[in-house]
Amino acid sequence: MEKMPKWADVILIPLISLMLAAILSALVILAIGENPVEAVQLMVTGALGSTYGWGYTLYYATNFMFTGLAVAVAFHARMFNIGGEGQAMLGGLGVAMVCLYVDWPHWSIALLAACAASMLFGALWAAIPAYLQAKRGSHIVITTIMFNFIAAAFLNYMLVNVMRPQGSQDPATARFPDNVNLPSFQTMFSTAENVVFRGAPANITFFIALLACVVVWALIWRTRLGYEIRAYGHSETGAVYAGISPVRITIIAMLISGGLAGLMAINNVMGEAERLVLNSTEGAGFIGIAVALMGRSHPFGVFLAALLFGFLYQGGAELALWASIPRELIVVIQALVILFTGALDNMVRMPLEKLFLGMRKRAE
Amino acid sequence: MEFFVTLIQVLDSTIRLSTPLLLACLAGLFSERAGIFDIGLEGKMLMAAFFSAAIAAVTGSVWLGLLAGIASSLLLSGLHGLASITFRGNQLISGVAINFLASGLTVLVAQSWFQQGGRTPSLFGGGRFEPINFPFAESLSGVPIFGPIYSELLSGHSILVYVAFLMVPATWWILYRTRFGLRLRAVGENPAAVDTAGVSVVGLRFAAVAICGVLCGIAGAYLATALQAGFVKEMTAGRGFIALAALIFAKWRPWHAMWACLLFGLLQAVALRFQNIDLGGVVIPVQVMDALPYILTVVILAGFVGKAIPPRAGGEPYVKER
Repeated sequence: MEKMPKWADVILIPLISLMLAAILSALVILAIGENPVEAVQLMVTGALGSTYGWGYTLYYATNFMFTGLAVAVAFHARMFNIGGEGQAMLGGLGVAMVCLYVDWPHWSIALLAACAASMLFGALWAAIPAYLQAKRGSHIVITTIMFNFIAAAFLNYMLVNVMRPQGSQDPATARFPDNVNLPSFQTMFSTAENVVFRGAPANITFFIALLACVVVWALIWRTRLGYEIRAYGHSETGAVYAGISPVRITIIAMLISGGLAGLMAINNVMGEAERLVLNSTEGAGFIGIAVALMGRSHPFGVFLAALLFGFLYQGGAELALWASIPRELIVVIQALVILFTGALDNMVRMPLEKLFLGMRKRAE
Repeated sequence: MEFFVTLIQVLDSTIRLSTPLLLACLAGLFSERAGIFDIGLEGKMLMAAFFSAAIAAVTGSVWLGLLAGIASSLLLSGLHGLASITFRGNQLISGVAINFLASGLTVLVAQSWFQQGGRTPSLFGGGRFEPINFPFAESLSGVPIFGPIYSELLSGHSILVYVAFLMVPATWWILYRTRFGLRLRAVGENPAAVDTAGVSVVGLRFAAVAICGVLCGIAGAYLATALQAGFVKEMTAGRGFIALAALIFAKWRPWHAMWACLLFGLLQAVALRFQNIDLGGVVIPVQVMDALPYILTVVILAGFVGKAIPPRAGGEPYVKER
């Protein structure tokens, strides 16, 4: 018998964890001598008070949906992919190569090719740690951390020594040609008399991210492969007994995870920067961890958590602009969310389980 | 002779750069040998770097700074222990959270206290660890070969450097020659057996995590008050992860940890001094030197050069059977 009803597990525990994180964040804001209520008001108006704010919020949310899904898929196979950051960096390299070295007639075809390239590069970067985990038993967490650093060094080399245009001092590629620029929300939703999302980076990739959420949901809960991934995640011995190959599942799950992380690059590299720069990922790969934990590894949960973090990111930027609270506040909030929804999960869960058990006993 | 002078300088900077790696590596060694994985070394060092520099800047005493650094690192260790020992949470996730917590809080507090864009004021005088000169270092420096080695390479480091290298035999002795060390290693391999013998698994693991906190604290304080003069944002720059890599490279053994840290320190020193290295036509880009510790660790982890087997109970919370 379950210790507590399903709704408590899915809704109550994340909400309580989130509230604990919020309370502690408020205390941190108080401790540095600022007013938490004013801070929240600034964040809400900055991130949600205008189409411009929404344009940034949804842009960040798009990044986090991809990286969150990437971590979530790996979680289903009981693997912790910390390498989203490196995989997204490599995805960016794939996108840059597609956009720079091929002459595309139309952005839509370029987008398809860029999607394929970013997923391929991201998946390849995840493939080596996956292989080492599956065949040689090297711990995936450590190898993916190492691969993040290797990716950073590799990207640095590519940008400084190979892809930098002649005469440029900046470690970045040339600007992509105009005909691969993705339509932004501004061009998609503005009318002649009413311009919305002016100058905001949200672009068509947002809808690809939504699609990715649906596809991942279908994959995990509606296909045989998804069933195998979940079965393997629940019990390795059970899965082996059922004829599921651990090597195959480990590698496939990590390839999907790396591909999703790589896919993020069409948003930040092709959609926003329109060239590849150093540190283009800006830590989004790591935020995926918080997003996946908060979203309980469910695509819909990831979607909601990504929106929340998109809001926090844009709100945090506004705070840094209008109040004397540095952007790093967001990193603290992110840490607290990871702490309470991930590491200290049992702290919330154990008392609740006791409570529900007690209530049930009394009812009997 | 010029080559020799360069060599001494590079080795000298190797020792300086190895020190924080070594302290963090030994910190991780205690924790992981007791079965608590710690990828939060980076965060603990960063936190300690900030608080040691901040307190040293405010009070003018580097020793108070060191204490503050150790205390702040211990606090994060306590959090890691709470999450991974008391509440049996995921140790890796807890480590990730600690890294972010340190990365955000240090800048937030630094900005609130000093308003200098997330850094502390520069330290000078009593706010920094001064180099210690060995006896006769000055007069012996003229002696060929031996002179420079004695007066430049061995002498003239801050006290924390010597502490770090003395910690190597100390760690070896604690782990392999004391009862506490035996139990510590046992709790990382087979906690149930330790529990059966009537020794507290939780207590031992908390002790290990605390030692880890103290050593990370010293490592962070060294970064901010000895290697450099003050705290700057993200000043650990991945050193916690290089230390983790060194720990795996050393297969969780103290003496090997020292050699691994010296090797990785040498790579950093070489990358700092020479940018791209020209080896008779073949140019090694500086990025290869940056990535080499990580690549070497992956190769070791892959088991192509001897297998790295972590402590058996590592990462697993211990559940006492009822």
